[in-house]
Amino acid sequence: MIKSTVSRRTGVLATKLGMTRLFDETGKHVPVTALLLDSCQVVGVRTMEQDGYTAVQVGAGTAKVKNVTKALRGHYAKASVEPKKKLVEFRISDDAMLEIGAELSASHFIVGQKVDVTAVTIGKGFQGGMKRHNFGGLRASHGVSVSHRSHGSTGQHQDPGRVFKGKKMAGHMGATQVTTQNLRVALVDAEQNLVFVVGAVPGCEGAFVRIRDAVKKVLPKEAPMPAGVKVKTVDAGQAA
Amino acid sequence: MNLLQKFEAAQIEKIGAKIPAFAAGDTVRVNVKVVEGTRERIQAYEGVCIARKNAGIHSSFTVRKISYNEGVERVFPLYSPRLESIVLVRRGDVRRAKLYYLRGRRGKSARITEKTSYAPKAVAKAADAS
Repeated sequence: MIKSTVSRRTGVLATKLGMTRLFDETGKHVPVTALLLDSCQVVGVRTMEQDGYTAVQVGAGTAKVKNVTKALRGHYAKASVEPKKKLVEFRISDDAMLEIGAELSASHFIVGQKVDVTAVTIGKGFQGGMKRHNFGGLRASHGVSVSHRSHGSTGQHQDPGRVFKGKKMAGHMGATQVTTQNLRVALVDAEQNLVFVVGAVPGCEGAFVRIRDAVKKVLPKEAPMPAGVKVKTVDAGQAA
Repeated sequence: MNLLQKFEAAQIEKIGAKIPAFAAGDTVRVNVKVVEGTRERIQAYEGVCIARKNAGIHSSFTVRKISYNEGVERVFPLYSPRLESIVLVRRGDVRRAKLYYLRGRRGKSARITEKTSYAPKAVAKAADAS
């Protein structure tokens, strides 16, 4: 395994609240997406010795205990965290390891840094070539009948005599995992645990999205290392 | 109110714009901050408000005026920090929320009669009570 010299922090699991606007200091309007870190906690860790790779398992949201399987209940009990609606893993470098139960805060990100946001896009169902692949369709007149939005020819002639694999055609669109890269963090509200990123983010409102530091940009030095953790919750955990 | 609406409401409060109660049909003077080179000055834009869109922080209004015999319409974000102030000049008596019909009219037929019976909501309520 190649050891990277750059340390890689964990990402966070957030819910997409929807889009809104901010006005910057020059009065320009900035379209932003609000992402909420809803009790985003570390539920498990993967270590090199035990698992052969380093990662943290992060959960977010609150699930009703009655809807959680016994096996998972045990998993949460072991970590002594509330049952989560969603669990994901983030690969990290060794120096960015976190303790189980640590609650990630919106202050994990700093204003101005770039992040990658991953989520499952809104499903569009079965769609034609025009919507799915931006095909041009057929002409409006000159003898075209009924098939104005069809995809047209899909191949050549007797040779090769078949349609090539991967040919763009009509089919199921959306509901795929998409990562939008290099979104700028416009605002961080640590109190409400909100992160605002400039522009749109994949997924519907209420969907779980994964936010992590942009892989194609250098992380600013001011970013908290190994993670922006809610201090209050850690104290409460120690008291209990 | 969900979290996003709460945030938007807080943002509106933070901007703290003093906006007079005006509606479609009213003549308003919008003092816009314009940057010329390095210095900033206030430019007034006066005309008839022909539409208002009420959508929290996304609210906007459209002001139409005739400038050098050419109809001009500007859409202003209601809570834009670029707006120095909005001054209500004249109340208009109209029966529609959107006055897009003014676009097809010139001169006399594009006039709006002044609303003389207007009283702000709070005052009207007090008058009813007494």
